[in-house]
Amino acid sequence: MTAEQITKTDKMTGARVFLECLKKEGVDKIFGYPGGAILHIYDELYKFKDIKHYLVRHEQAALHAAEGYARVTGKPGVVLVTSGPGATNAVTGIANAYYDSYPLVVFTGQVDTKLIGNDAFQEADIVGITRTCCKHNYLVKNLVELPKIIKEAFHIAKTGKPGPVVVSLPKDVLTSRMTFEYPERVNLPGYNPNYEGHPIQCRRALKLLCEAQRPVIISGGGVIHSEAWEQLQDLAEKLNIPVATTLMGIGTFPQDNELSLGMLGMHGNYWANLAVSNCDVLFAVGTRFNDRITGCLKRFCKDAKVIHVDIDPCSISKNVHVDIPIVGNAKNVLNVILNEYKTGEYKYDNKMREMWIKQTDLWKSNKPVFAVPNGILHPQTVINHIYEKTKNLKTIIATEVGQHQMWTAQLYKFTRPRQLITSGGLGTMGFGFPAAIGAQIADKDALVFNIAGDGSIQMNIQELMTCVDYKIPVKIAVINNGYLGMVRQWQEKLFDKHYSQTPITSPDYVKLADAYGVLGLRITQENQIDEALDKAINYNGPVIMDFIVEPFEMVYPWVLAGKPINEVILSNEADETGKGE
Amino acid sequence: MKHTISVLVKNEPGILSSVCDLFSTRGFNIESLTVAATIDTSFSRITIVTNGDDIVIEQICKQLNRLINTIKVVELPKSADKCIDRELILCKVTAKDDARNEILRIAEIFGAKIIDVSTETYTIEFSGDTRQVVTLLALLKPLGVKELVRSGMVAITRENQFINLDR
Repeated sequence: MTAEQITKTDKMTGARVFLECLKKEGVDKIFGYPGGAILHIYDELYKFKDIKHYLVRHEQAALHAAEGYARVTGKPGVVLVTSGPGATNAVTGIANAYYDSYPLVVFTGQVDTKLIGNDAFQEADIVGITRTCCKHNYLVKNLVELPKIIKEAFHIAKTGKPGPVVVSLPKDVLTSRMTFEYPERVNLPGYNPNYEGHPIQCRRALKLLCEAQRPVIISGGGVIHSEAWEQLQDLAEKLNIPVATTLMGIGTFPQDNELSLGMLGMHGNYWANLAVSNCDVLFAVGTRFNDRITGCLKRFCKDAKVIHVDIDPCSISKNVHVDIPIVGNAKNVLNVILNEYKTGEYKYDNKMREMWIKQTDLWKSNKPVFAVPNGILHPQTVINHIYEKTKNLKTIIATEVGQHQMWTAQLYKFTRPRQLITSGGLGTMGFGFPAAIGAQIADKDALVFNIAGDGSIQMNIQELMTCVDYKIPVKIAVINNGYLGMVRQWQEKLFDKHYSQTPITSPDYVKLADAYGVLGLRITQENQIDEALDKAINYNGPVIMDFIVEPFEMVYPWVLAGKPINEVILSNEADETGKGE
Repeated sequence: MKHTISVLVKNEPGILSSVCDLFSTRGFNIESLTVAATIDTSFSRITIVTNGDDIVIEQICKQLNRLINTIKVVELPKSADKCIDRELILCKVTAKDDARNEILRIAEIFGAKIIDVSTETYTIEFSGDTRQVVTLLALLKPLGVKELVRSGMVAITRENQFINLDR
C-alpha cells in the first residue's frame, strides 16, 4: 500500500489527523512547546517528517516567532502549545498578532472534554480568555469536526483583515480515531470579506484627489497585507502626491523617493505631521487611525476631506470622520482607481501640486537635534551606523518597543515592505527578538538584526538558546542606556523627573553571550561601532552587541499624548521655551 | 437613545458571549436580550434592546457583523408602522375581596389572560408592546404585585423587510 492509500482507508488518531491537516494547508514549519495535554501530537510529530518543529524556551516566544515568520512570508505562522499555562503564556502573542493584523493559527492543548469546566490540572478556558483578542476561536469537541475547523481556521486567519485564530484541542479528541478526509472548501455564511471596492466610490475618490490642492496619502499596514505597495507608489507618482506612512506602513513607500514624507504621528517627522495637518484631501489606505497617528482627534485634519480605504468596515469612521469610505482590499481598490485614471478623463493642476510639494520640502528643514550633545555614544549614531553597514545587504530589522524602536523607525531608511518587523498596536516589549528568529527561519539568506533596548531584551532573552540550537544567526544590537528609556522620557517631561522604577540594570551581556555560546561584543565609543558591526555581520552565528549609550537622550520629534500632531517638540530647548504642557 | 438590534447567528456555544462582550466592554447596559432558535434550528436569533449614542451603536453593529458566527445584523426601525415589538409578562398579583373583581376588569380591558388562580392570588399572562406592558403594570402595582417575570423584547419588521438567510 502506498502512503496515499493508507491515508484514505485506515482510521487515524486525532493527533495524526491534525498533522495531515497541517500538511494539506502547506505547513512545513511550526513553533511550539510540548506538555501533557498535547503529548499525543508530539508523539506523532516524532515520526512525521514533513513538518519541522522549532522548540522555543517560552510559549510567548513561539507566538512572536510565528508572527515574525508570517510578517516575512505573508503566510500564517503556526503554533502548538499545551493546555493551561502553555495556552495562557501564548495570550500576549495572540493579542500582538491581532492588533497588528498578522495571520497566525494557534493550537492549544486542552484537558479531556469530560473534564472541561471541572478545574482539572492544567485547565484554562482559552476560548473564553482569547475571545476579545483573536479573530476567531474554536473548541474542538469531536474529532470529526477537526479537519473542517482547521480548514476554516487557516481560511479566516489569512483572508479579509488577517489575524490570529485559536483552536483548542482536548486530549480525548486527539486519541480517538477517524477516517481522514480533508474538506475542499469552507462554508462560512457569516464571513464574506468585501475585497472589491465600490467602483462609484473609487471614481469619487479619484475625482476628489484630482481636485485637491494640497493632497496627502497615508499608507498603513493594510498596504503590506494586500501587497499593494507598487500600486500605491504608482498612484502617488502619477498624481504627484506626497506620501506619509504609519509605523506599520513603513517600507510601503521608499524613503528615498522625493514624494516620501516618512513616518507621521507621535514620533513621526515634523514635516509629515505638518503636511497631514495642512492638507485639504487625505487619502488613507489600510490604516485604522490609531491615536499615535492622529493625536488630538478633534483637531486632526479638521478642514480636510478624508478618503479611507480599508478592508474592515469597523475601521471606517471609527476614529476619524470619513467623507468617502471605500471598503475593500487596498490592491484591488488602487487598481480600479489607476485604471480609471488611465481613461484620461481626470486631470489635476500640476502647478498647484508642485507648489504644495515645495512647501512640504521647506518643512523638511525642521529636523530634531540631539537632546544631550556630548562625547558619549549616542543611540541615534548607533542606528545610523547600522543603516550604513547594512543598507546594501538584504536586511530585515526587528525591534522591541520603546525609544530604540522609534529611533529605528525614524533613522533607518527602509526601502522595502516587510523589512521592518515591529510591534505597533499592542506595543509588546520582548517581541522583537523572537520575531527576528521567526524572520530568519522564514528567510535564511537574509541578514536579520534585532535592535533592542536593555529593558526589552531581558523579557525574552532565554531565546538565545533557541538561536544556538537551530544555528539561527540573528544579530542583536542592545541599545543599553540603563533605563526603560521611553517611560523615563515621559517621567522627565511630565512627572518632574521622578524616575520611578525606570532605572534598570542588565547582566554583563558579553559574559551572558559566552554562557549561551554566542558571540558577545561591547561597544562604548563611536570609533568601535563599524568594526563591531563588521565582525557581527561576518560571524556565522548569533551575536549580541552591547552598545553602552547616553542615558538621557530623548526621542524627538515628540507630540505629547492628546495634543494635535502639529504641536511638536523638536529638542530640549524647544521644550524650555514653553511648548507642551 | 434606545435601540433594538436583531442579530442572526449560528446556533453554537460561545456566540452569545461574544455578542454580549461587545456591549459590556464599552460600558453599555443591555436592557433586554432574548435568544431562541429560528425555523432552521442551526441558527438563532438574538434580539437586544440597549441604550447608547448612535455613533457607538453603529460601531457595535459593524463589530457584531465582523464576528465570524454572525450571519446578519440589523438595527430595527423605531417607528411602529415599520416594526412590531412585543414583550411577554407573567405577573402574580394579590387578589383578595374587592380586588379580585378589579383585577379581572383590568385584565379584560388589556386582553390579558388569567392562567392560574388561588384563594389569594391571580397569575396574569399578557403580551404587548412596552407601553402597554408598562401601563398594565402601573395599574396592577397598587393592588400588590407578588412576583413578576418579564421576557425581553422580541420584534419583527412589517411587510417584506424580513431578516432572513437570504444569501
